[in-house]
Amino acid sequence: MAEAAAPLPQPAAGPRDGPLSRLSDALWRRPRVLLVLLLLPPILWLGVIYLGALFALLAQSFFSIDEFSGVIVREPTLKTYGELLTPANLDIIRRTVLTAALVTAAAAVVAFPIAYFAARYARGRWKAVFYLGIMLPLWSSYLVKVYSWKLILAKEGILTWALDSVGLLWLLEAWLALPGVGGNSLSTSPTGTFLVFLYVWLPFMILPIQASLERVPVSMLEASGDLGARPDQTFRHVILPLAMPGVIAGSIFTFSLTLGDYIIPQIVGTSARFIGLAVYQHQGTAGNIPLAAAFAVVPIVIMGLYLWWAKRQGAFDAL
Amino acid sequence: MTGQPAPLWLKLAAGAGLLFLHVPLLLIFAYAFTTEEQSYQWPPPGLTLRWFEVAWNRPDVWQALSLSLRVAAISTAIALVLGTLCAAAMARFRFFGREAISLLVILPIALPGIITGISLRSAFNLADIPFSFWTIVLGHATFCVVVVYNNAVARFRRTSASLIEASMDLGANGFQTFRHVILPNVATALLAGGMLAFALSFDEVIVTTFTAGQQQTLPIWMLEELVRPRQRPVTNVVAMVVVLVTFLPILAAYYLTRGTDTVAGQGK
Repeated sequence: MAEAAAPLPQPAAGPRDGPLSRLSDALWRRPRVLLVLLLLPPILWLGVIYLGALFALLAQSFFSIDEFSGVIVREPTLKTYGELLTPANLDIIRRTVLTAALVTAAAAVVAFPIAYFAARYARGRWKAVFYLGIMLPLWSSYLVKVYSWKLILAKEGILTWALDSVGLLWLLEAWLALPGVGGNSLSTSPTGTFLVFLYVWLPFMILPIQASLERVPVSMLEASGDLGARPDQTFRHVILPLAMPGVIAGSIFTFSLTLGDYIIPQIVGTSARFIGLAVYQHQGTAGNIPLAAAFAVVPIVIMGLYLWWAKRQGAFDAL
Repeated sequence: MTGQPAPLWLKLAAGAGLLFLHVPLLLIFAYAFTTEEQSYQWPPPGLTLRWFEVAWNRPDVWQALSLSLRVAAISTAIALVLGTLCAAAMARFRFFGREAISLLVILPIALPGIITGISLRSAFNLADIPFSFWTIVLGHATFCVVVVYNNAVARFRRTSASLIEASMDLGANGFQTFRHVILPNVATALLAGGMLAFALSFDEVIVTTFTAGQQQTLPIWMLEELVRPRQRPVTNVVAMVVVLVTFLPILAAYYLTRGTDTVAGQGK
């Protein structure tokens, strides 16, 4: 099956001695051998270590745990998946998926103007400012970013102080009094969890949107204007549809990362559990590897469906 | 591109977005100097350099830092070799299963980290492998491959095949061509990819919590401090140093790949 991408001419005749040269010639004549030699180490590493571990985990989700002894019964059963459907566990799944969806929607709204400006209007020095302005937060330490929000959202922190200085503290208190989103302080409320998720994953939404906007040819916008469209009509009917694959590509990241995270809800928010935290606790303190594995299958299935849908929308070209 | 100035609402929204991204990071710098020990009070009641000295004299911080650096160095070295080999094969050959391999490389980063983590942990348990320095490296190298791969494959594609042919025509064998023609061409991309892989490994916490035994990398140390705070001012100082240290490779990677099509940090 293997063949060189470009047909290359035979090497010129010349003095070719030594084992290295002969090996080089042999590989040149048999590109398939070279291909196998190149691919073997990465495939072995990823295939054995990563895929092997992944399948071992999936296999264990079909085992069950003996309720009395706590020993794992190694017989194939769907009992563990049945446990996923208890109201408490369904509640965890519902909460996680809802949060992931809200975070994704909010990230798209906040990211779009940044990406749009960076792609259409930023030139020269501003281009560099926007590039680094997105890259630095993206690559900064995840835990430091979470920590900074603990500082911001604390009752004695900067947000309370800022709202107090402009006389809007009553607004924060009214919000915290709301059931479902409020709490004792922002750092122990679902709103806090949401804000941290939004902050930490936002750059993952900006980059693909920017990439898709940069590929929109200017001539299309000019054509739209020539045909009589006002700027807002051009935006609605030309720019926005062309940016959608980028938005969907970004949503893959924000959705998947929120689904699997177990550290943010642990540090900022209520004690309500998310899928990631449930997986962590079931495999750790509870020692219930089968249930943890079954829980881990939930984000895999959701992401599988999501990726299938995203591929149909052409989002992979925007990655 | 349109030559018209941006509308005001767009400038404001984009500016506000950038501020939203950076204010939290700047705040970390302010808190490193606060005299407040018990709470997260703002504005800081006073400023001091005392906590830098306290943090400097903490052996647990140094041990965690040293472990993180060693893990990141070895994981990056492994990822450089595996990622470059894979990129070379993918850029040069068309073959059956090519799509599957590109999916395999991306998978460790596309699936949530907790799945990679728990898979590796249960595999180590099944195989009776004790947790050690090397189990951490195993996990890190796996997800670092994709970063090197992304940077290398873009550069390989742009390295013209005629350069390689010319080298061969002039009598160089495959290894000489690799050493004198291919390597200088891809070197900066590899350096950029390596630095990003290093940053990724240095910062990783989710997979590490599953693959580390009693050992603490710096992010694990940080996580412990966040969940069970012992000395908040020391955490503030360490957080600031971590931000500074991760900025350097990003800036360096930016300058190395500037002017090329590679988006260095794409697809973290």
